[in-house]
Amino acid sequence: MSHLSVNHLLGIKQLTKNDIELILNTAQNFKEVINRPIKKVPSLRDLTVANLFFENSTRTRLSFELAQKRLSADVVNFSASNSSVKKGETLVDTVNNILAMKVDMIVMRHSSAGAPIFLSKKVNAKIINAGDGAHEHPTQALLDAFSIQEKLGDIKGRKIVIVGDILHSRVALSNIFCLQKLGAIVKVCGPLTLIPKYITSLGVEVEPDLRKALEWCDVANMLRIQLERQDIKFFPSLREYTMLYGLNKDILDSLSKKIIVMHPGPINRGVEITSDVADSGQSIILEQVENGVAVRMAVMFLLAGRQG
Amino acid sequence: MQPRILLEKTRFDVTIKRLCHQLIEVHNDFSNTVIIGLQPRGIYLARRIQQELQNILKNKKVHCGELDTTFYRDDFRKKELIPNRTNIDFIIEDKNVVLVDDVLFTGRTIRAGLDAMLAFGRPKDVELMVLVDRRLSRHVPIQAKYVGITIDSISSQNVKVEWKETDGKDKITLLNK
Repeated sequence: MSHLSVNHLLGIKQLTKNDIELILNTAQNFKEVINRPIKKVPSLRDLTVANLFFENSTRTRLSFELAQKRLSADVVNFSASNSSVKKGETLVDTVNNILAMKVDMIVMRHSSAGAPIFLSKKVNAKIINAGDGAHEHPTQALLDAFSIQEKLGDIKGRKIVIVGDILHSRVALSNIFCLQKLGAIVKVCGPLTLIPKYITSLGVEVEPDLRKALEWCDVANMLRIQLERQDIKFFPSLREYTMLYGLNKDILDSLSKKIIVMHPGPINRGVEITSDVADSGQSIILEQVENGVAVRMAVMFLLAGRQG
Repeated sequence: MQPRILLEKTRFDVTIKRLCHQLIEVHNDFSNTVIIGLQPRGIYLARRIQQELQNILKNKKVHCGELDTTFYRDDFRKKELIPNRTNIDFIIEDKNVVLVDDVLFTGRTIRAGLDAMLAFGRPKDVELMVLVDRRLSRHVPIQAKYVGITIDSISSQNVKVEWKETDGKDKITLLNK
């Protein structure tokens, strides 16, 4: 396969296994590029990309912007907080106005699940989902898969546990789709109030005990507790959550094998993961960030190369 | 028209050896010169040249890298392009660089290669070596300094270069599409 089967990156669900492998292989080439003395290639010099962030973001936005600049694209940034969205403009109107200024590709983060899919049907530009509500965050899943692959070789048959707030996490859903398509076995672990009711229908097992989950897995992906999305109390206290589901050095060292620890960021040090674990040799958190740029370059390069 | 064999067996070997001796005439013991093969097919010629040079120069180390030009091409979006590996594990700053490709046709790959190479530093001098020069087909003003064979061909023809390492034999054939 030499091209993607999709015109937009709306979610991992829409991608085939071949698409994912093509993106990960291309990302390997870009990882080499971003480690060169001159980190820039001219591939997208004729394209303009708009980053539309209707929701806050530091890492993803910076990573996308760097990826665009490394590909020589022109970049315009938009954040909802200081725009006409506040004056009541609709999403389609906002985007159409931006497109009227001849923008070719849109990277969008929105608090409503499905917003990028809606937009892809309404406007004539390539859309990349940078996170939509609690739905999907495809580039995060791709960079997680890339980082695991880089550490462990093949992903097929590997055991991965996602720990924490699965209910509010778009990273969890995209990771489940992505890792399963690549042949990994995925479990989720967390307080049952934070595990979606129908998660088992995705072929994912629920393991409520953190120690058992860690003993089973090759990789633990620790998620942040998304207090900003929790409108009711899902567990009694953060302290209790940390005692039951926080990963500390004592647990990590007592395991029978060395597992890999991941975190999509931002980290709440001392809540889901302690500082000494986050900074330990088993953690690949910063590699994930580096790989994020390479993976996003690959996604934009492949989408831009697609005809039509 | 039947495919025409342009070069094989002994004449192929002689051509490679001649190219190596031409290089040694200019670059002596290769202490300040490196070879860079262009992906995807130029790397086989580059490796062969490296091997042969090391034989002639009595196992003196000759640096040989691989360079992919995909991200620098001007036909991106006109056709599907898949990047290959780039591997240059030596410094090219102030070195003499010999760029190597199998077939020189329109010259566009070499143009992209020159751009791609500059991301690794500023060489002192750059030369081009090709196994087959399809003259009279150039789109950009690029000429090779070291040429295996020069042929006249039309754009509807293809030149196929086969290598012992990957195809089982050394052979250059002119094909009609």
